[in-house]
Amino acid sequence: MPVAKSDVITVQSEHDVVLARQTVRRLAQELGFGIVDQTKIVTAASELARNVVVYGQGGEMRWEMLADGPRVGLRLHFVDNGPGIADLKLAMTDGWTSGSGLGLGLSGARRLVNDFEIDTAPGRGTRVSVTRWK
Amino acid sequence: MGEFLLVTIQVDMHDRLARTLQDDLTSQIERTGAKGVLIDISALEMVDSFIGRMIANISAMSRILDASTVLVGMRPAVAITLVELGLSLPGVDTALDVERGMKLLRARLAPSPRHARRQV
Repeated sequence: MPVAKSDVITVQSEHDVVLARQTVRRLAQELGFGIVDQTKIVTAASELARNVVVYGQGGEMRWEMLADGPRVGLRLHFVDNGPGIADLKLAMTDGWTSGSGLGLGLSGARRLVNDFEIDTAPGRGTRVSVTRWK
Repeated sequence: MGEFLLVTIQVDMHDRLARTLQDDLTSQIERTGAKGVLIDISALEMVDSFIGRMIANISAMSRILDASTVLVGMRPAVAITLVELGLSLPGVDTALDVERGMKLLRARLAPSPRHARRQV
């Protein structure tokens, strides 16, 4: 998939979660996403960035603007070197949480994007990649 | 605002700020004896599960403190996204804007005719 532009931002603190969603908002606007699509990808980014801070002990968000002919999209990779997820099926279940959240972060974010991939294992950190197409 | 508290959220809140708001608001309800709380989120471009939970908490806590909460001004794109995220805010009353929210609170606080008759 041709990547038109990309960059990476640090996600270490609650403040970085705000910066991540502002970055994603700006990129989605730049790509000409409608207001509902913007809101969905920004909300998904907020959930996933918070997971990086709360469960992953910090990490980063890499973003890529995708251009496939007339088709444009925004891909986001959330990467941490935290403890990883032992039971992915359980972690993806609505309402299940290992912390104090609502348990909607991963499962909810998946519903807000077009493509969702997760790569994790205990001790190996977690990488979540999501794409929303215009 | 008389017996009501009006909270207008103007900024993109980080999580700690959202928690502080929740704590401040419950202390204010206790201090003022307010019977109603209006939370205006018309400036919010996004509500994720954390902020959604904070709103649900405020609503539940104020109910226990004998106050009603009405959430007003949610943008349509935010509403669509919240439901898809899996958060439908059960138990939280909503109104389209502050004016309608006030009306809802006033109607709730006015004694119902049937109730009044029974008292007579």
